[in-house]
Amino acid sequence: MGGPVEHKVIVGLEIHVQLCTRSKMFCGCAVEFGAEPNSRVCPVCLGMPGVLPVMNRQAFEYAVLAALALNCEIARFTKWDRKGYYYPDLPKNYQISQYDMPLSANGFIEIPVGGGGTKRIRIIRAHLEEDAGKNVHSTGGFSQVDLNRTGTPLLEIVTEPDINSGAEAKALAVELQRIVRYLGVSEGDMQKGHMRFEPNINLIVTRDGTEYRTPIVEIKNLNSFRALERGIDYEEQRQLDEFLETGQVMESGNKTTRGWDDERQMTVLQREKEEAHDYRYFPEPDLVPVELAEGRLNEIASRLCELPISRQVRYVKEFGLSEYDAGVLTGERATAEFFDRAVESGGEAKRVCNLLTQTGLKIANERGCGIGDLGFSPKGVAELAAMVEAGDVSATASAQILEAMVETGKEPRVLAEELSLLQKSDAGELEAVVEQVLAENRQAVEDVTAGGKKSKKAMGFLLGQVMQKTRGQANPKVVSQILAAKLGGG
Amino acid sequence: MEQLSAKALRDRIAAGETSSVEATEAILSRIEDVDPALGAYISTHREMAMERAADVDRRVKAGEPVGELAGVPVAVKDNMCTTFGATTCASAILKDFHSPYNATVVEKLLAADAVIVGKTNMDEFAMGSSTENSALRRTVNPWDGARVPGGSSGGSAAAVASRLCYAALGSDTGGSIRQPASFCGVVGLKPTYGRVSRFGLVAYGSSLDQIGPITRSVADAALMMNVIAGRDAADSTSVDETIAPVCDYLEKLAIPVEGLKIGVVSEFNAGADEPVREALGEAIGVYEGLGAEVVEIGMPRLDYAIAAYYVIATAEASSNLARYDGVHYGHRSERARDYVKVYTKSRAEALGKEVKRRIMLGTYALSSGYYDAYYLKALKVRNLIRGDFTEAFRKCDCIMMPVAPTTAFGIGEKVDDPLTMYLSDIYTIAANLAGVPAISIPCGFDGNRLPIGLQIISPAFTEDRLLAIARMFERQTDWHKAEPTVSGGH
Amino acid sequence: MDKKIDQEQVRKVARLSRLELTEAEVEEFTGQLGAILEYVEKMNELNTDGVEPLAHCLAVSNVFREDIVEESLGTERALANAPQQDGEFFRVPKILDGGSGA
Ligand SMILES: [Mg+2]
Ligand SMILES: [Zn+2]
Repeated sequence: MGGPVEHKVIVGLEIHVQLCTRSKMFCGCAVEFGAEPNSRVCPVCLGMPGVLPVMNRQAFEYAVLAALALNCEIARFTKWDRKGYYYPDLPKNYQISQYDMPLSANGFIEIPVGGGGTKRIRIIRAHLEEDAGKNVHSTGGFSQVDLNRTGTPLLEIVTEPDINSGAEAKALAVELQRIVRYLGVSEGDMQKGHMRFEPNINLIVTRDGTEYRTPIVEIKNLNSFRALERGIDYEEQRQLDEFLETGQVMESGNKTTRGWDDERQMTVLQREKEEAHDYRYFPEPDLVPVELAEGRLNEIASRLCELPISRQVRYVKEFGLSEYDAGVLTGERATAEFFDRAVESGGEAKRVCNLLTQTGLKIANERGCGIGDLGFSPKGVAELAAMVEAGDVSATASAQILEAMVETGKEPRVLAEELSLLQKSDAGELEAVVEQVLAENRQAVEDVTAGGKKSKKAMGFLLGQVMQKTRGQANPKVVSQILAAKLGGG
Repeated sequence: MEQLSAKALRDRIAAGETSSVEATEAILSRIEDVDPALGAYISTHREMAMERAADVDRRVKAGEPVGELAGVPVAVKDNMCTTFGATTCASAILKDFHSPYNATVVEKLLAADAVIVGKTNMDEFAMGSSTENSALRRTVNPWDGARVPGGSSGGSAAAVASRLCYAALGSDTGGSIRQPASFCGVVGLKPTYGRVSRFGLVAYGSSLDQIGPITRSVADAALMMNVIAGRDAADSTSVDETIAPVCDYLEKLAIPVEGLKIGVVSEFNAGADEPVREALGEAIGVYEGLGAEVVEIGMPRLDYAIAAYYVIATAEASSNLARYDGVHYGHRSERARDYVKVYTKSRAEALGKEVKRRIMLGTYALSSGYYDAYYLKALKVRNLIRGDFTEAFRKCDCIMMPVAPTTAFGIGEKVDDPLTMYLSDIYTIAANLAGVPAISIPCGFDGNRLPIGLQIISPAFTEDRLLAIARMFERQTDWHKAEPTVSGGH
Repeated sequence: MDKKIDQEQVRKVARLSRLELTEAEVEEFTGQLGAILEYVEKMNELNTDGVEPLAHCLAVSNVFREDIVEESLGTERALANAPQQDGEFFRVPKILDGGSGA
C-alpha cells in the first residue's frame, strides 16, 4: 500500500447525431427546432392508438452515408427493433431502434492528435433510431412535455473505449462534426442538440505492479464540446480520488450514471430504477427489413467525398499550406471544394488560400453564407490569383478586386481596369517615367548616391514619385529594379 | 328489407328502387329495439348515419355515381379509429378517447358510400374469445341469451346475425373474426396478413392482427373485400400489388374450383365435440358430392400453435399497450403523486384483468433471462407451423377443420380459468401464426340449436379461391339463411 | 412440479409493466401465469435446433416513404385528448431524474 500510483483513463463514447431530414423518421411532420410546443406532431409521432410507422428513405440513406464515412461495414440486411422503457417524452413507451442487426458495424474514425498526427478510434456500431421528445422542467411540482422532437431520426454511434483523455474525446467530437457537416447528413449544431455525447469512463490504476479497474461511470447531459472535455477530466480525477480513498474496483453490473452540472462544473450521481436496463428488445413488427442491394449501396457510396482530416493533411503536404490555413479551408466542405476547384482552374494554391481565408471567408461570415454563395466562381478566383502572381495587381489590390467581384459579379481583369488597379510592369514605358522623376529630383538622387543614412529614405521618396506619376499603376517591384539599375546599389 | 344481402340492398339503392334513408332508419330503429338486450353496439351514430344516407339518396336521384356499398348500413368494431364518436377498444382507459384520424378501412368504407351506423362491442383490446372482457358492455349470443357471442369481435358477429347491420368489420389476431362468426352463425373472413391495411386498427398482436369482414353471406364478404383490400402507404406491412394483386372478389366468386383437393387433419380434428365433428364431416361430404377429393394431411406442429401464440401475441401486446399510460391521452389516475405513479395507477385502475394478465405474460416472455426460452422459442415454433402449412398446400388446395371445439358456451363459464379459455382457440390460431387466410361459414347446428362453423384455410393471398370454395358450399346449403329467434324484434 | 414463476417475479414483471397490483392480484396472477407458462413449455417438446425465428410472415422488404413534409395536427388537436395540459404542453408530475436517453 501507498506505493507509487499511475493511472490511465479509458473512455468509450455513445454519440447521437441528428440527421437533417426535412421530415421525421416515421411520419411527415417537419423536423424543426424552436417551433411552438407540440405543434409539429401527428397521430404517428404522438403514438396514438392504431398508428403505424413508415421509414423515411432519406434518413436511411443519410445513415448509410455517415456509416460509410466512418469506415463501417454496411449490413446488407438490417431490421428494426423496439426498445421498451417508460418515460413521459416517449409517447409509445418504446423507442424504435436497432438491436442485433444494426445497419453498420466495425468502423473507425481518425482524430487529430498533437503534431499533425492522427489516432484511430474504433467504432463498434452505428445504427438508426428515433429521438424522444423533451421534458421541460417547470416549477410548481409539474413538468411539461413537448413532443416536437419525437421521431426525429438519429444516428447512434458507439465507439470502443479507445479514447484516453478529455481532449481526445473533444477532438473526436469536433472531427465527427466536420464529417457529418461535410456529408450534409447533419447540421451538427451542438446548441440545438444535433450531437449528444455520453461517455463511459473508468480508470486503469497501477499500484505496486498491480492493475485495478475502477467502476464504469456514464456521464449524461454534456451539451457542448467543452462540457465533454471537462466532464471526462473531472471524472478522471474524481475516480482516482475515490479509488485512493475506497479501493473500490469494477464488478460486473456496477455501472453508475452521473449527470454533468455545467454551473458547478462537476458530475452528480443520478439515481436509477432497478429495472432500468431491462429494455425487452424485440423485432418491430410494424416495419419490414431493409435489404441493401449492391447497386444501391454503390450509389450511396458515390456521394462520399474526401473527408476533412485527409484533406487537411493533403493541403499541408501537397501545397505547403500552414496547418492553420489548411484547417480553416477544410472547416467546411463547401470551402474546401471551392478551394480545390480554384486550384484545379490554375490558381496558385497559396495565393488562392490567401484570397479565400483573408477576404472571401470574412465576407461570407459577415453575410452568414457560404463561400460559394458570394457570386464569384472558382475560376474567377484562380484568375485573380494568377494576376497577383504575374504582378498585374498587388496583393492589397487583389482583396479590393475580390470584394468588387462580390458586389458586381464581374471578371477580375475587368474590375482591375475599371478600378485602375492594374500595375504597369513594362520596363520600357516605366523607364521614361523614372528618367523624368530623376531629372526633377536632383537632391534625392544625390542623397541616394551619397549613400549613408539618407540613402534609403531618398530611394523610397523616388519610388513614391514614380508611383504618383503613374497613379499607382506601376508595379513597385519593377520600378525598384529600374531605380536600382540607374542609381547603382539599392 | 333486413333480409336482403348487402349486395342486393346496394343495387336497389343505386337503382333508386329503395332509399338508403329507409334502410338506415329501419336498422337504427331495430337497434333501438333489440340492442338493449343484445349489447352488440358500444356506440351508434344516428345523426351522421342519416345524413350520409340522405346524401347517397340525393346523389342517386341526381344521377351521380355512387360507391360499391352505397347507402348500406354497416358497423365497425370499436378498435378501429374513427373521427366520429369515441374509439374505446371496450376499455375504460380509452372510454373517452377521440381519434383525430380515421383508420384506412374506415376511410375506404366511407369512400364506398357505406353508412356506418355504429361501433361494435368486443373483448377489451381484442383480448378474449367471448366478449366478456369488455369493460363497457355485455353482449349475448343472438341464438341463446345465456351464452357468449364469441370474441373478440362478438359485437360485430352478433350485430350481423341479428340483422342490426348488413355487414361489419372485425379484427382477427387468433380467431377473433372466425370464432364469433361461428358462434353466431354468420360468415367471417380473416384475410392474409398484409392484405388489408392495419393503419388505424388499435394494435394487439401486430404481426398477427388482420381486419376482415363479418357478413351474412360469402358474396357479401367478397363485396366487403373489394372495398377494404389493398396496399396502404401508411402500413409498411400491407402488401404491394406487384406481389399479390387485389382482384374483383365478387366476380371470381361464381367460378367453382375444379378438381378441389381438401386437406384434413383427422387426428387434430378429433379434439372437437361430437356435434362439431359431425357437422364438419357432413360439410366435407357436401364437397365430395361436388366432386372434391379429400386428402389426409399431417400437420404435426399444429398442437403447439396455442403455446407459441400466447407468447408472441402477448409479447407484442405488452409493447403495444405500453402507450396507455395516462400521460398523452386516456384515463389518468387522480391519485398519482409522481410520474411513475401516473403510469402504475392509471394502468391499474383502467385496464381489465385479462389485459393485465396478457401484458404481464408478454413482459415476462421478453424480459432479460427469459427471452430465449419463451419469445425466441415461440418464433421458431412459429416457423415450423408455417412449414406445416407450406407442406400441406403442396398436397391440397385448402384445409378444412372446425372453427372451435365447441359451440357457444355459457356466459361466465370460463372467465375464471384463462388457460381453458385460451385452449378453445386451438383451431383458429395457426392461420394467424402462418399469416394465411381463413374463413368461417355456417355449416350446421348442435342439439341446442347453436350454430356451428366450418373453417376453410387456403394459401397466402388466395382469398379469391377461398371465397369461391366457400361459395360452393353455400350454394348447396341453407345454413346461412337461418335466423336467430332470440333477437326477436319485428 | 417446480413453480414457473413466484410472487417475487410477478412483482418484478408488474413493475416492468407499470402495473400496480394488489396483494390479492399478485397471488392470483402467480397461480394463473404459472399454469400458462407450464402449458407454454410444451414448446420444448419440439426440437428447434437450426430453425430460424420467424418474427414476420411477410416476405416484404424495403418499404419507404419519401422525405416530404406533411401537415401536422397542430397544438390544439394534439392536446385534445390530454388528461392534463399546461398551456401548449402535456403536464405530468415533476420528473426528478435525468433525460430519457434515446
Ligand atoms: Mg440509443
Ligand atoms: Zn408526426
